[in-house]
Amino acid sequence: MKIFIGIMSLFILFEGTWLYQKKPLEQSIADGEEIYQDFCIQCHLYTGEGVSGVFPPLAMSDYLINNIETSIRGLKFGMSGPIVVNGEEYDGVMQDQGLDDIEIADVMNYILNNWGNEYNEMITVEQVAAINK
Amino acid sequence: MKKNFLAPIFVGLFCVISCISQENPPEIKTPDQSKFTTETIVDGIDIPWGMDFISENEILVTEKKGILYRVSNGKKTEVSGLPEIYQRGQGGLMDVALHPDFKSNNIIYFTTGVHLEGEAGGNTALYCAELNDNSLSNLKLLYKGEPNTKKGQHWGSRIVFDNKGHLFFGIGDRGNRDVNPQDLNRDGGKIYRLNLDGSIPEDNPFANHEGALKAIYSYGHRNPQGMTVHPETGEIWENEHGPKGGDEINIIEKGKNYGWPKITYGINYSGTSITDKRSLPGMEQPFYYWVPSIGPSGMAFSSSNVYKKWKGNLFVGSLKFKYLERLVIKRGKIVKREKILNEIGRVRNVKEGPDGYLYLGVEGKGILKVVQQ
Repeated sequence: MKIFIGIMSLFILFEGTWLYQKKPLEQSIADGEEIYQDFCIQCHLYTGEGVSGVFPPLAMSDYLINNIETSIRGLKFGMSGPIVVNGEEYDGVMQDQGLDDIEIADVMNYILNNWGNEYNEMITVEQVAAINK
Repeated sequence: MKKNFLAPIFVGLFCVISCISQENPPEIKTPDQSKFTTETIVDGIDIPWGMDFISENEILVTEKKGILYRVSNGKKTEVSGLPEIYQRGQGGLMDVALHPDFKSNNIIYFTTGVHLEGEAGGNTALYCAELNDNSLSNLKLLYKGEPNTKKGQHWGSRIVFDNKGHLFFGIGDRGNRDVNPQDLNRDGGKIYRLNLDGSIPEDNPFANHEGALKAIYSYGHRNPQGMTVHPETGEIWENEHGPKGGDEINIIEKGKNYGWPKITYGINYSGTSITDKRSLPGMEQPFYYWVPSIGPSGMAFSSSNVYKKWKGNLFVGSLKFKYLERLVIKRGKIVKREKILNEIGRVRNVKEGPDGYLYLGVEGKGILKVVQQ
């Protein structure tokens, strides 16, 4: 019986994971745009250009592409302290916005596939869930 | 003949130059920055949203993500007993204020994002509680904006008191500008007035208005981020985040409509227009509006004599340009604007302490005391 419950819960877990993954990239990007408009745009602006020296750019950002995991961690838990983006130093505070893992995956997919950014992998909710402080 | 020919060119050139700068006068000046400095009162606070003074050496400070600190002689201790804080977008734990009779009753007030129950999302709420040492008790919900929403924008919020036994606080439009601010039956985009026990004053402007929320004192606001009481006139002064080029200072009067989004000097941050109307009958003009927007936050008059030449001046933090703005007011007009502590960081809050000094909440830092050299 115990084994059966174990197998069933594993099955449900896999099923759930599979269902999550079923959200196609296009849908994730579209949902991510809504999140971006609501939570990110005030600082990073409409085309992800940011404000030089104050809010780092997301468009064609070397920091972002080279630090995907750190960026997701920043969205989940907030980030602060000096970073260098496209040769310019930033030393600000980004607080976590209270987004859930799905919202974070969506907004990452939106950012990573816009304004000249290209990223060939899709950020999944599991990937976001696995990142700890 | 030659003169006549050149004149329109000069006029045209002047227009082009003034259109490019588009700054609303008076132009901001940057005086010699070596005249000012700060002393750190407490550090290690990411977003020090609100503060109030228990004494000269003791301050309550809120951290937006949901921590209330009691700071004694520079050492911060977490206060226990807060309700569950709903932190999303621009909302979280916001202002904190001591009851005018705190010394005898230990009551404090605070505004915070909460979820509580009902639909997903949250809205701004006002609570009071008793503070003993480092813990809160007798927590009471005095007001909660409705409905909950998952929108990240415009929660407000500041708390001030008049000297007639009233408390004022604001809630921003909650990202629903076309629905909330002009509707007296809905929360959001309002300044509210309550008695100190949380009850609604009978002479509130819409107390007898059918269907209206009776706690409303003024409406048509976008996102109140600073409030203070004028030390001489007792008026409630407020600043709010407008759209691009529409950040405002308002003097809050009973029952008045401050116009958002029917009238504004600003445009959408995307560059598109919200309205071409800057004034309409029955709607108040701002006392001042900032072009470019500075992202004002916090607000205090300097009423003491501890600073040279600053008495009576208004001080506002700039989140966007990372300085403290000094505004000189003469005959009901802003006649001078100055950057104090240029590049200090995102100034979230400004308060005058019981010792007469100005105290700032600066993001990524903590609480700083402003000193002239």
